[in-house]
Amino acid sequence: MKILVCISKSPDTTSKIAFTDGNKQFDENGVQYIVNPYDEWYALVRGLELKETLGGSLTIITVGNVADEAIIRKALAIGADDAVRIDAEPKNAYYTAMQIAHYAKENNFDLVLTGKETINYNGSQVGGMLAEALDLPFISLATKLDVTNNVARMEREIVGGVQVVEATLPLVVSCAKGMAEQRIPNMRGIMAARTKPLTVIPAIATDELTTYVEYGLPSAKSAVKMIDPSNMDELVALLHNEAKVI
Amino acid sequence: MNILVYINTATHLSKSAFEVVTYASKIGGNISVIATGTASDDVLASLGEYGAKNVLIDRSVATDDAHQLTQLIGNAVTATQADLVLFSHDIIAKAVAPRLSVKLKAGLVSGAIAIPDTSNGFVVKVNVFSGKAIGHVAVNSAIKIVSLLPNSIQPEKTGNACSVSAFDGNVSASKITVLETKKPEGAIPLPEAELVVSAGRGLKGPENWNMVEDLANALGAATACSRPVADIGWRPHHEHVGQTGVAIRPNLYIAAGISGAIQHLAGVNGSKVIVVINTDAEAPFFKAADYGVVGDAFDVLPKLTEAVKKFKATQH
Ligand SMILES: Cc1cc2nc3c(=O)[nH]c(=O)nc-3n(C[C@H](O)[C@H](O)[C@H](O)COP(=O)(O)OP(=O)(O)OC[C@H]3O[C@@H](n4cnc5c(N)ncnc54)[C@H](O)[C@@H]3O)c2cc1C
Repeated sequence: MKILVCISKSPDTTSKIAFTDGNKQFDENGVQYIVNPYDEWYALVRGLELKETLGGSLTIITVGNVADEAIIRKALAIGADDAVRIDAEPKNAYYTAMQIAHYAKENNFDLVLTGKETINYNGSQVGGMLAEALDLPFISLATKLDVTNNVARMEREIVGGVQVVEATLPLVVSCAKGMAEQRIPNMRGIMAARTKPLTVIPAIATDELTTYVEYGLPSAKSAVKMIDPSNMDELVALLHNEAKVI
Repeated sequence: MNILVYINTATHLSKSAFEVVTYASKIGGNISVIATGTASDDVLASLGEYGAKNVLIDRSVATDDAHQLTQLIGNAVTATQADLVLFSHDIIAKAVAPRLSVKLKAGLVSGAIAIPDTSNGFVVKVNVFSGKAIGHVAVNSAIKIVSLLPNSIQPEKTGNACSVSAFDGNVSASKITVLETKKPEGAIPLPEAELVVSAGRGLKGPENWNMVEDLANALGAATACSRPVADIGWRPHHEHVGQTGVAIRPNLYIAAGISGAIQHLAGVNGSKVIVVINTDAEAPFFKAADYGVVGDAFDVLPKLTEAVKKFKATQH
């Protein structure tokens, strides 16, 4: 089975979020990048587990510049066989998806996995866009994934519950919590990652359907009002009269 | 502008349906709705009160298959000559809107929090960096798609019931077989809940969650938890809120025995009002709170539940 896992970088969860260039650019100063947790913990690890039981290969792909090779090596250290970097700034989800789709079309994967969303842009867009571009079924927010005889059985989140579904490969699946447990790369993996193949390919021309023109910060919270633990009637009254939420 | 709103219906319409039609009406234009599901004509006609001019419904499509819904909505876009397609940013929209974006070559903005600014192009505000910043996204394409974050605007009635007509979505067979659907009866789905009571490791063990549930029941709230609580199995995974769990923005979020780590805050910082109950006056959560109680959850939660019950009794 040939598996493709799409990975994105995202700022470490404790990063201070700030902007430069008249609030037009994310301020990367002092920001540590990690593999987007949904891509790493769920998509990549479940892909590896499937490869380990069913055989085949697992390729990771990212759209990014040379600095992003650090997160590629991390994913290789966890166990991916090889990596592809499409050499471009991932301007938006559509741009990213079109780049990956172009590569995936030529390389016939059985399973394309993404994380449910990135923790920086939170768009949840790339998986669905890829599926449409590749004309494949899309199972979003899968929390379980098993494959037997070319048929995938999945559990996925639906509004107010979960659903068990089946579909024949090839498929695009976005992965959410429950899929797998995080894997910490060991020394052997880290050493092996240094020599695993990393192919860099040029970007294709793509329409810029959306543009991030500016960023801002949410308005600051007003100071907290402290309430005595013995006076819960006062809290309820404030929630009703002042905050008007109950 | 011709606006098309997609609504997935059950026997009733959810608040998010009224929100997104209100949103369309505030943008202004000729508003049609394309609906799927089981709602009756009478129920659908009520969307006119929020600004819809006509509702198209294809009841034969009882699916949430992203491929089928993309075909159906794509055909409705052609039929209504829509140049703006709106969704509520729910699980269905997350699967369908990106597909539709590629099919129509239409720029997509997911999770809008405000009315688009059309003074210079078409610019939509969204939460980015897990709610730690706001992005302004310009849509450059002729057809545009926007999904609205639930609980971002209040539904407003402005008109009268509208017409409802059948629509043939002309969808091909689904390639996905549904084997089983599990929906817990009566439970309020967390992303839709307006009131949420949440607890963390400070509750010491799953056997103490009756205090959390009692308060939630008294308020009519959903329950949530911090990540370690779901990881150790005290509570189900779908209750885990935060940067790597569900992001929610209820009107009221009550957090007991949660320290307020940055990754937890990222999932709840959109809440309108936050109440924090913690034994440690230095807990970081107090900085993000509107109301704080320094105290033992084992003592405060039951007292708060009693106070809520007393208040509710005076409301009838
Ligand atoms: C990449 C990454 C992603 C993460 N994503 C998430 C996420 O999505 N969601 C999330 O929640 N966490 C997430 N975390 C974990 C997060 O950093 C914290 O560890 C976690 O939120 C702490 O949970 P807690 O507050 O329940 O427990 P603790 O940090 O142990 O805090 C318990 C709190 O309870 C208080 N307390 C103790 N006893 C009582 C009592 N009797 N009454 C009242 N208060 C009491 C204590 O003072 C303390 O403040 C993530 C971490 C990483 C590294």
